[in-house]
Amino acid sequence: MKPPVRGRMEPPTGLLRRVDAIMRGAFPTMATLVLMIAGAVPVGAPGLVMALSLPCVFFWTVFRPAAMPPPAVFGLGVAQDLLAHAPFASGVLVLLAAHGAALRLRGFVARQRFGTVWMIYCGVAAGAAALAWALQGLLDWRLPPTSPGLHQAAISIGIYPCLAWLLSRAHRALADSEA
Amino acid sequence: MIRLSIPLRQVLSRLSLPVLIAAAFGAMLLGKADALLIERARMALADLLSPVWAVAQEPVGAVRDLVRDAGQLWEMRGENARLREENDRLHRWQATALALEAENSMLRRQLAWIPDPAPNFFTSRVVADGGGTYARAVLLATASQTPARKGQVALDERGFVGRVTEVGSRSARVLLATDINSRIPVTLENSRARAIMVGNNAARPRLQHWPEGQVPREGDRVVTSAEAGAFPSGLPVGVVRWTESGAPEVELFARLDRLDIVRLFDFGLSGILPPEAVARPEPRQRR
Repeated sequence: MKPPVRGRMEPPTGLLRRVDAIMRGAFPTMATLVLMIAGAVPVGAPGLVMALSLPCVFFWTVFRPAAMPPPAVFGLGVAQDLLAHAPFASGVLVLLAAHGAALRLRGFVARQRFGTVWMIYCGVAAGAAALAWALQGLLDWRLPPTSPGLHQAAISIGIYPCLAWLLSRAHRALADSEA
Repeated sequence: MIRLSIPLRQVLSRLSLPVLIAAAFGAMLLGKADALLIERARMALADLLSPVWAVAQEPVGAVRDLVRDAGQLWEMRGENARLREENDRLHRWQATALALEAENSMLRRQLAWIPDPAPNFFTSRVVADGGGTYARAVLLATASQTPARKGQVALDERGFVGRVTEVGSRSARVLLATDINSRIPVTLENSRARAIMVGNNAARPRLQHWPEGQVPREGDRVVTSAEAGAFPSGLPVGVVRWTESGAPEVELFARLDRLDIVRLFDFGLSGILPPEAVARPEPRQRR
């Protein structure tokens, strides 16, 4: 008697397959959105929304740019500004700039070890904080205080390893299911 | 789905980032120009998400309560130690107080000490100031059953105010210590020297007739004296202040410019009572 052959599940066909592909493509954006909404729960930790959205956008842009296209980044930015009571569209611009920078660097970054990626992310977060500060100053036409931005960048840098661990598992699962 | 040629699609994907950045700038200007729109969008989103947040708040609130309880328990430890220590100290003080009380009662028995009777007092409201014969006097509303009597001493919550000079069925008039007719026998608390406090219609009455060689000093406390049997001794009056011209005055503890309620004390003294009617001084005979 031959043992049953163990193998992959037969991929679904037709409509189901399309739905599967769409869901997979939308997962990074949706997961980021859910994280941001969870970060906006009033628990007394201000600035958590922006500190969560930036690492997600950076991670997915570097490791899975097809799942984080510029329109999705734009939408996430709008949601962030509405959730975080920031000056409208400043977060959009910051996220788009981070996305553009990550897209430029991804050929180099994607091949580095985790520590290096984290260091690079530190630079991106600092740049994002500076850009947000400058935009807020420009919109209000006076110098905003620096401490909230620094606080936010610090949270986002500190939260990155945790998030990256979770996201890389998700990334691997997505890649496995596609192979 | 619309089929696009591959080069066109590449161009579109390359253009999308700059176009979106430009759109972000546009949105920024829009947000600046129409803040109400953004606010409305924000509120709509918050309304949409508030059930989600309300559910998410539950575990967060539970954790926060737990942390706060733990903090309180920890504080309670320290508080307990402090209270124990304080309790020990208070026990020692209680022992001291009991010993002193016993000693005191023993000494009183030895000396046949007669304690001062606690004075009766009642309060009444100041309804008008000025008027009447005196320049500095206030009118009190007294209920008909209150035992207002001439010669009662008026104090406010800080110190000596004056003396009852006229009593009606529903009102009483108090001559303030600042009136030019007021003469109060006082004691300087430091030197126990007697003096007379003389009103001058100004805010600070003067000191006169102190014993020779015992000049009132700046900052001395002034209390009433029992001399002449008009006042009990030791009611707080004020402190001595020297004027620039070199006259000792008394800065009163009582706030005579804003009296609202005074206490009238009956010490049962009747040394010097004001006359029934204040006689006008007759014009001097021309010679």
